[in-house]
Amino acid sequence: MQAYLVRRLLESALILIGITLVTFILLYLVPADPARQIAGRSATAETVQNIRDQLGLNDPFFVQYWRYLTSLLQGDMGRSYLQRAEVSELIAARLPASLLLMVAAIVTELAFGLTIGIVAALRRNRPADHGLMIFSFVSISAPQFVIGILLLYVFAVKLNWFPIGGYGTFAHVVLPAVTLGFLGAGWYSRMMRSSMIDVLGQDFVRTAQAKGLGKARIILRHVIPNAILPIIAMIGIDIGLFMSGIVVVESVFGWPGIGQLAWQAIQRIDIPVIMGVTIVSATAIVLGNLLADFVAPLIDPRIKTK
Amino acid sequence: MMRILLASVAGLAVSAHAATAEVDQNAPVGGDMIVTYKDDVATLDPAIGYDWQNWSMIKSLFDGLMGYEPGTTILRNELAADYTISEDGLTHTFTLKDGITFHNGRAIVADDVKYSIDRVTNPTTRSPGAGFFGMIDGFDSWNAGEGDGLSGVTVIDEKTVQITLNRPDATFSHVMALNFASIVPKEAVEASGEDFGREPVGSGAFKLAEWSPGQRVVFERFDGYHREGVPKLDQVTFEIGLEPTVALLRLQQGQADVPGDGIPPAQFLQVMGDPAQAANVVEGGQLHTGYITLNTQMAPFDNVDVRKAVNMAINKDRIVKIINGRAVPANQPLPPTMPGYADDYEGYAYDPTAAMEMLAAAGFPDGFTTELFVMNVDPNPRIAQAIQQDLKEIGITAELRSLAQANVIAAGGEADQAPMIWSGGMAWIADFPDPSNFYGPILGCAGAVQGGWNWAWYCNADLDAKAAEADAMTGADKADARIEAWKEIYLAVMEDAPWVPIFNEQRFTLTSGRVAGDPSLFVDPVHIPVNYDYIYSKEAE
Repeated sequence: MQAYLVRRLLESALILIGITLVTFILLYLVPADPARQIAGRSATAETVQNIRDQLGLNDPFFVQYWRYLTSLLQGDMGRSYLQRAEVSELIAARLPASLLLMVAAIVTELAFGLTIGIVAALRRNRPADHGLMIFSFVSISAPQFVIGILLLYVFAVKLNWFPIGGYGTFAHVVLPAVTLGFLGAGWYSRMMRSSMIDVLGQDFVRTAQAKGLGKARIILRHVIPNAILPIIAMIGIDIGLFMSGIVVVESVFGWPGIGQLAWQAIQRIDIPVIMGVTIVSATAIVLGNLLADFVAPLIDPRIKTK
Repeated sequence: MMRILLASVAGLAVSAHAATAEVDQNAPVGGDMIVTYKDDVATLDPAIGYDWQNWSMIKSLFDGLMGYEPGTTILRNELAADYTISEDGLTHTFTLKDGITFHNGRAIVADDVKYSIDRVTNPTTRSPGAGFFGMIDGFDSWNAGEGDGLSGVTVIDEKTVQITLNRPDATFSHVMALNFASIVPKEAVEASGEDFGREPVGSGAFKLAEWSPGQRVVFERFDGYHREGVPKLDQVTFEIGLEPTVALLRLQQGQADVPGDGIPPAQFLQVMGDPAQAANVVEGGQLHTGYITLNTQMAPFDNVDVRKAVNMAINKDRIVKIINGRAVPANQPLPPTMPGYADDYEGYAYDPTAAMEMLAAAGFPDGFTTELFVMNVDPNPRIAQAIQQDLKEIGITAELRSLAQANVIAAGGEADQAPMIWSGGMAWIADFPDPSNFYGPILGCAGAVQGGWNWAWYCNADLDAKAAEADAMTGADKADARIEAWKEIYLAVMEDAPWVPIFNEQRFTLTSGRVAGDPSLFVDPVHIPVNYDYIYSKEAE
């Protein structure tokens, strides 16, 4: 187990370094000059040149990358080209909001997804099942931007139950979390349904029935705990899905997270910020996967760690 | 200028009320206002900030020696009590007002002026505005990192600063009214270092009270402001991160007063169709021109007749309809509200038949195939399609290259990349209300270099010389002759037809009705979206 852990951690570190390299190459190849973005239209060619020199943009690619990587390993992500602030501070100011939103979305998608999946499995092939499966199909297919605006319009503008976007109280988190969790809820309900159906047909369920246990007890004590196992392992992988959704959802609800920061940085080719956000998101995804791999054998000893 | 526009309707604008703005001196003081924005504020450092969102915010936090009468393009003294220009136009002497202080309470002295201008032109500041100060003596060596400041800026005594120029330049007083010429306190800048943009200290009507990244920026009245009874509001809150559509919902619910990003295009007709909301919309012109550049160094656009034919082929009225009539068709580089605009010039009228004949006479009876570059944000691709159809009518096949903004800008900066570019989303908006500001970087030889902004690669040495002559005409007695000279220059440009001017965008500012003031304040030429300093709250009455 320990060797496995060390190996996986090393692999993860290599993946992250690979991601920094690929992102850096892409940003290097973009046919747009960050120095010109900074200098503006009124700048002379000398001014642009001077900015390039100061930012080290004239150096060969590997010199630039090595300089970035070595300072990164010392914990220095550099300063934003446009905001001039430390990238680490910009991200630190926004990370808590994104994490909060992510946790709230996971709670939402599990609550909705599992409930729907369980109900659908127990009412298999009956109208309730069909209705719920159509709902899950819609939630998987609907664009998050549309869902977000729709929820805002109905629950914030018309019914006045929640604030129209923003950040700060529990009421603020509900609509963005539901929007973000909506997609996952669809997936989880389908997985939970088939997992439940799978378990319901197994021998130990029949054994439980045979020894005369009540239906509620069988489902709560035997079926659900077994059916939920494969789903727990999925949560870690979900984080990647959230990272893409967060950009859209944060911009609809004015949520001050890193998605918002990334969007603005990309528009203005603010390379240090783009790199910083990419590294943080990639780390979250890698850690999520790692966690999923470690949690799975703890829940189900049949899964072996090699 | 480099005001990269994320939404297409904001910008430095000129009001229809330019000459008649009246600021109500008796407007009630107090109350607050909420302005919404999608993007976070990049910086509030006046030497760095150069987008349309922070431009106006910085104007309320900082003051320079010069400024503008609210709601107009008329220059006035701001921190300067007195401003004199020598006979030869080379020596400009400013005397500071008495009793003016920074937000930190310290009195403003002449050394601060020198420090501020040295700072913005210091190469290590990396200011996008440094180039504006090129007429000051010693700029070239200081901007190259030599010496210890601009030799042309001298402190005479505690209240007096003298600035000598290396050439007479009629635009200098406008340059001193730019944000880049704001006066900053040395001790605060040095204490904050690179973070000064987050911890700004100026002498403007408002001071920064709170900045929560991605959430809100709050401005609070500065009690020590040098103008009596200004600002009118106690507080201005900028709510950040709201999509324009969501911002509009908030405004309709009474939770916001001014949507900083404007009325979203999709909701424009709906808002204007609702009498209650339309009553709260103020319309004004702006110093903006949208145009197609024709690369004069790439065949077949190196042929002036081809360029003229293209000018006659484009149906501008139809393009204006595409953007719901939020613009007026253009026939010359300058917008109608800019001094020097030729009212009586008719330009190239829309006439596809004549265009085809001209094209045939130029040696292209069957037309040709070319490329049209465009920024990939709505409505620009739709406008480009309309242009494409118009060109097809006269036999020109234009393939669309719809790219991210930065990539279009990069292609325009290469001599042989982009035969045609639709400027939408990157179009020129004046930095200051003077005709010269539409020439140098976008039509002059200086801009026709690699990485430059003259995407037509148009270089007419004769006109460059005339432009330099016009700007050397300083003094009030020559002002009219100078404007006339500029008018001639732009008409001469149209003879060479390096551009197809398409339209001048209009500005539409929506408010909640909780705030009021002279209409010109809501389409203020230099304060976008509104003039924060002079607008008052009806609730304070």
